[in-house]
Amino acid sequence: MRTLIAPGRAGVGYKVALAVTTVILTAVFVVPLVWVVLSAMKPAVELARVPPTILPRTWTPGTYVEAWELMDLGRYFLNTIVVAVGVWAVQLAVDVPAAYALSRLKPVLGKGILGMMLLTLMMPAAVLLVPTYLTIADLGLLNNPLALWLLGAANAFTVFLLKRFFDQLPAEVLEAARIDGAGQFTMLWRIVLPLSRPILAVVSIFAVVAAWKDFIWPLLVFSDPARQTLSVALQRFAPDTPVNLLLAGLVLSSVPMIGLFLVFQRHVLAGLTAGSVKG
Amino acid sequence: MRRRVAENLTAYGFLSAALICFAVFSWYPIARGAVLGFQQVDFVTEPTWVGWENFERLFADPLFATAWRNTLLFTALALVFGFVVPFLLAVVLNELRHFKGYFRLIVYLPVMLPPVVAALIWKWMYDPGPGLLNSALRGLGLEGAAWLDSADTSMLSLVIVATWANLGTATLIYLAALQSIPGDLYEAAELDGAGVLRRLWHVTVPQTRFVLLVLLLLQVVATMQVFTEPYVMTGGGPEDSTVTVLLLLYRYAFYYNDFGTASALSLLLLLVLGAFTALYLRVTRKADV
Repeated sequence: MRTLIAPGRAGVGYKVALAVTTVILTAVFVVPLVWVVLSAMKPAVELARVPPTILPRTWTPGTYVEAWELMDLGRYFLNTIVVAVGVWAVQLAVDVPAAYALSRLKPVLGKGILGMMLLTLMMPAAVLLVPTYLTIADLGLLNNPLALWLLGAANAFTVFLLKRFFDQLPAEVLEAARIDGAGQFTMLWRIVLPLSRPILAVVSIFAVVAAWKDFIWPLLVFSDPARQTLSVALQRFAPDTPVNLLLAGLVLSSVPMIGLFLVFQRHVLAGLTAGSVKG
Repeated sequence: MRRRVAENLTAYGFLSAALICFAVFSWYPIARGAVLGFQQVDFVTEPTWVGWENFERLFADPLFATAWRNTLLFTALALVFGFVVPFLLAVVLNELRHFKGYFRLIVYLPVMLPPVVAALIWKWMYDPGPGLLNSALRGLGLEGAAWLDSADTSMLSLVIVATWANLGTATLIYLAALQSIPGDLYEAAELDGAGVLRRLWHVTVPQTRFVLLVLLLLQVVATMQVFTEPYVMTGGGPEDSTVTVLLLLYRYAFYYNDFGTASALSLLLLLVLGAFTALYLRVTRKADV
């Protein structure tokens, strides 16, 4: 595949460029993360040294356990999992049937409904902060994960992606099932969903990652410290927690998403380019 | 006829949950937001109409102008870094035929971190004394900087964090776009005697024009709503140098319980961002991606 510079010129220049790129990108993107993981295993006294030590002089891997116990991270992990898994489950349960109906059942006003949904993408999230917050408060859903689940279900982008995928399913397969007397629910559950695994994987990963990363909504909804998610709790602890313990907490709270990415890297990157332009 | 009615009933059964969620959490708040800006709203009394009073209060607040100035500065800096750098990075990565998987993986790693985690990590790295950045600079024989502690560099410091955390997305999108450029275009340009830079400008950029424009618009809309970094890292300081529009909005709503004035500010933000969003929609609809 021919690119900007003709191939076959892999001389000294190419090797230098490759080395420089590798060093710079590793320094910028890998070193800080490794630095945090290592620094969390230094005692607080050592972290205050100028210049800093690179490898810990005194290894204290126990910091991770200590941080877990001191900040009660188990509770906040559980809260975050409840939010993320709930967002994922409710988003799929609500948006899959809706996208199926818009794609295959072509109801009266279907086009208008899809238009109204896509219209919400035009609204910058920040603009709806206050009215949505007041609506959540009116419904008595403050400090309740249900608020974030339902908020996550009103996701026009997910509906759009699913509908676009359902539109492209082979009509004859669905037709054959219909002639066999399958009802719409059976059709969706037995025929359409098994064919839609790729898009369901993409939508699922994006829902979970977005929920795990979210900060402003959990911050507004969970004023009760006992119900907060990791992000909200960590920034609350940050000012008065010893640095080494805080860093350990930051590392621990990032592990699930980094792990998810390493396992599902292909899906994440495929989803990125599939829906990137409208996302 | 009867069958058509039955089919529609089924369809609306499938749609019902989504319609409720959108109605309660999207459509109703949009309408409500328009009204709230002209009301006095707190949790204590019934909302009352106050006309343009909320807007007048905003214009009288010295932080109002500061917040817009800071936000525009953030957006401008974020474009310089976050728009140009990923594109050039993608161009370079597209040329390299080794370690492709590794590069893709590491530029995207920070995207997987919760923004609060990225902000707190960087806050610690910016520490003027034992922080990694100044230690590295001193190691190279350079002056360290005050980073978050000085009004001159605080906003730049936030931009660096936001760019570091989000650069991977744009880079990988550009990379996908670059890979779909037909090779014979470069071939032809080279035969015409165009050097590398001219090929970049006359082949690469026009071929990826659409993606560049879309990401530019998305980035403007996203960066104008910056909140997490200033909230977590500086709280708006030092000397109000990192008070952004969204931080001011948050203060009005959740410190002063003045939801009317916060909504008035939301409407002004919508006015500014609406233009970019409309443009974005026109661009993407034409291409239908």
